[in-house]
Amino acid sequence: MSKITLGRALNEGLRKSMEDDAKVVIMGEDVGKLGGVFRITDGLQKDFGEDRVIDTPLAESGIVGTAIGLAMRGFRPVCEIQFDGFVFPAFDQITTQLAKLHYRSRGKVPMPVTIRIPCGGGIGAVEHHSESPEAYFCHTPGLKVVACSNPVDAYFMIQQAISSDDPVIFFEPKRRYWEKAELDPAATPVPLHSAQVLRPGRDVTVLAYGPTVKTVLDAANADDVPDIEVIDLRTLSPLDMDTVVASVRRTGRCVVVHEAPNTLGLGAEIAARITEEAFYSLEAPVLRVTGFDTPYVPARLEEHYLPDLDRVLDAVDRTLAY
Amino acid sequence: MGMQRDGAEDAVIAYFGDGASSQGDVNEAFVFAAAYNSPVVFFCQNNQWAISEPTERQSRIPLYRRASGFGFPGIRVDGNDVLACLAVTRKALEDARTGQGPTLIEAFTYRMGAHTTSDDPTRYRLASDLEAWKLKDPLERMKSFLYKQQLADRSFFSDLEEESDQLARELRRNVRAMPDPEPLELFADVYVDTPPPLQQQRDRFGEYLDSFVDGAEAR
Repeated sequence: MSKITLGRALNEGLRKSMEDDAKVVIMGEDVGKLGGVFRITDGLQKDFGEDRVIDTPLAESGIVGTAIGLAMRGFRPVCEIQFDGFVFPAFDQITTQLAKLHYRSRGKVPMPVTIRIPCGGGIGAVEHHSESPEAYFCHTPGLKVVACSNPVDAYFMIQQAISSDDPVIFFEPKRRYWEKAELDPAATPVPLHSAQVLRPGRDVTVLAYGPTVKTVLDAANADDVPDIEVIDLRTLSPLDMDTVVASVRRTGRCVVVHEAPNTLGLGAEIAARITEEAFYSLEAPVLRVTGFDTPYVPARLEEHYLPDLDRVLDAVDRTLAY
Repeated sequence: MGMQRDGAEDAVIAYFGDGASSQGDVNEAFVFAAAYNSPVVFFCQNNQWAISEPTERQSRIPLYRRASGFGFPGIRVDGNDVLACLAVTRKALEDARTGQGPTLIEAFTYRMGAHTTSDDPTRYRLASDLEAWKLKDPLERMKSFLYKQQLADRSFFSDLEEESDQLARELRRNVRAMPDPEPLELFADVYVDTPPPLQQQRDRFGEYLDSFVDGAEAR
């Protein structure tokens, strides 16, 4: 079995979905001849044609609006938003139309649309290219939100998202596009809306998703650290609280890690849910290691903004000190 | 774009107003329709007023002329002339179906009433305008045309009026007779596949409602 990068795994997953279902179309800026700025759609237009891999005008609202029309017509559009910060022009189409059409039509108009968003920082990019907007979408009923963290999940989750009859916002950790892992395409995939325990541990549960999963695994695997249980959330809406709560009941301690700003981020929701569901198991308050409540910082400062191994371990130490 | 991919000889018509013409999404729709030569007709009903905002607040040029900047034909039609609207729409749809791309139709008319019950048009427009437009009532014009052409007689119109009133009465009665939905229906159809957390909210709310001694009244 050969190793494959996360970016390549997405490409292979998209290819598989397009082969399996002729109604799957890809659309976005530069997705055709160029293969996307991160080359995630590399070669797909050549093999599936311009009608199925559609280069679009530079108008995100139009991209999502058009995808909604295509979905009404029975297609399964996969939109690429080129960078996280570019999703905001499409925010109205996503929250007002895409998320609500099934509800508004009393179940008559499903919206099997996948919106792929490369997210997060760490690549030294300019403004608008390093954001983590997941909380907005998790706060929107009607949407499902997932984040992949490794090549194996990337390959299977993108296919599961595309085959979902509900709209899925699909976050891709852009600084992990070049991470490699062995992929067995014949393996049985983990269900899309399940969290996964990546590393069992006794002392503290640390939750992460997308780009911070590797950070947390590195922290857990460092020398002379407590025995950390690492959970990759994978699904952000709905959250898989069963897996999280089962873990916290065992460890009694929890740290949530994400790049997005602290206030009203995923960490806040998770902390509230753990308090509701596992209060008597808690030995310490749920702690958060997150980006700060600032706009995404200039590239020269992002190493301070992004949660790193030391900040994760600092929070682990603090929760153990209770 | 879906029709194009299906190879269907069909077209879409999208209706909107003069106010909506200022929205970014309408302009993005024009960009996409032009870029893909989509079989779509944009039908703008310009009644000159977006609540209290006049068309001058939306555009420096007549709205139909915006189409040329996007690279497809725009046409203004007397929106109070039923037959003209029909002819223009047919032509635009035919063009769309035969691969000639989008058309913007601006049907120029006037909003006779208030926008809503909270609106007060006397604050922003002249009573004389309203009087002038009353004379152009499209229904009256169509009626006199049919009558003069001897395509319909008086009894046709009186029967039609009675039928319309009857239909309206029935509609109102049936709407009023519709039962209120069950409270738990508010959770229906948020998703095709309801996620466990939402199911849990539904179950707990159901238990809460059931906790009232007089369950029927609480619901």
